[in-house]
Amino acid sequence: MATEAVQTAAAAAGEAHKAGMPQLDFATFPNQIFWLLVALVAIYFMLSRVALPRIGATLAERKGTITNDIAAAEELKAKAVAAEAAYKQALADARVAAGKIVAETKASIQKDLDAALAKADAAIFAKAAESEARINDIRAHAVESVTEVAKDTAKEIVAALGGKADARSVTAAINARLKG
Amino acid sequence: MDQFAVHPLFGGELHWYTLTNEALWMGVAILMTFAMLVMGSRSRAIVPGRMQSVGEVVYNFVHSMVEDVAGKDGLAYFPYVMTLFMFVVFANSLSLLPMSFAPTSHFAVTGVLALLVFLSVTVIGFVKNGSKFLGLFWVASAPFALRFVLLPIELISYFVRPVSHSVRLAGNMMAGHAVIEVFAGFAAVAVISPFSVMAISAMYGLEVMVAIVQAYVFTILTCVYLKDALHPGH
Repeated sequence: MATEAVQTAAAAAGEAHKAGMPQLDFATFPNQIFWLLVALVAIYFMLSRVALPRIGATLAERKGTITNDIAAAEELKAKAVAAEAAYKQALADARVAAGKIVAETKASIQKDLDAALAKADAAIFAKAAESEARINDIRAHAVESVTEVAKDTAKEIVAALGGKADARSVTAAINARLKG
Repeated sequence: MDQFAVHPLFGGELHWYTLTNEALWMGVAILMTFAMLVMGSRSRAIVPGRMQSVGEVVYNFVHSMVEDVAGKDGLAYFPYVMTLFMFVVFANSLSLLPMSFAPTSHFAVTGVLALLVFLSVTVIGFVKNGSKFLGLFWVASAPFALRFVLLPIELISYFVRPVSHSVRLAGNMMAGHAVIEVFAGFAAVAVISPFSVMAISAMYGLEVMVAIVQAYVFTILTCVYLKDALHPGH
């Protein structure tokens, strides 16, 4: 029974080889399996020894490079922001310093100006006082001269008219007239 | 179905070590993997060139797949998963060249791939978790009586994995190539040849997608099985 079944199977396989599917031709199996294992072992060693470590390293290196570049870019950006802040700070400081200098200069000019003005005022005042004194002097002198001239003239007129001028009464009359 | 026939390249008997058309196209897949991932990454440029970009996209694709599905500790098996993906994706894609051969349309090839995944995942499961790995079949979150019902279901689904895993890939590849061959046969008839050529073009586009999607499916299922081995339980 068993041998019969084996013979039938073998005959079927032989028929398949002749007629139909080469996939069921068991005579080729050892050959196929041998070459398949050769191919798999060849690809496996090629990949595990050379290709995969190399590609993996390249990918890791690329990732590292990108990460480093991004970090460097961020650092540079932070530096730029700091530089801008420092620039703005310097600008603000300079403005404050300039304002201070302007205020100081203004104050010192004002001081000088005030001093000069005070001096000038004093000088003007002194001069005015002096002038007033002189004017008063001149005025007083003028009144005196007028009195003298009036006395002399009055004496001369009286003399000319033929009268005899009493010096004392003439003077008294003139003084009375001048007061009036 | 001649396109699926395995035959010695230089004539003679077919021994286990004979160079065949299948061995040739597996070799081309190895060379393509070498060109893309080894030659492409040779310059180690920070700003990658064309081939290096493609290699890095594939690397990241599989790497994130393993990490997302199997977790951080699954990354220890990343070279193994990457090997499967590169082999399957290149075997699938290269088989779409005219006169080429499709190694992934053979159950001997996909069966061994799936069995390798199945065995290694089972070994990893027992090594990493010991007897706790059996918790995968004993559903602790289910009511006690239901666990006896779920046990055979879980066992069967576990042991059927290599079958579905391999037949899905080989079946997809074989079906696509067979359909194109059938349409190509119709192209000999003058009346329907325009339709046939258009159908071949459409199928070819579909097959390009299937080649890549099936490689993706094979790889992500490997990751899912790996996740079950590393973190058993539901």
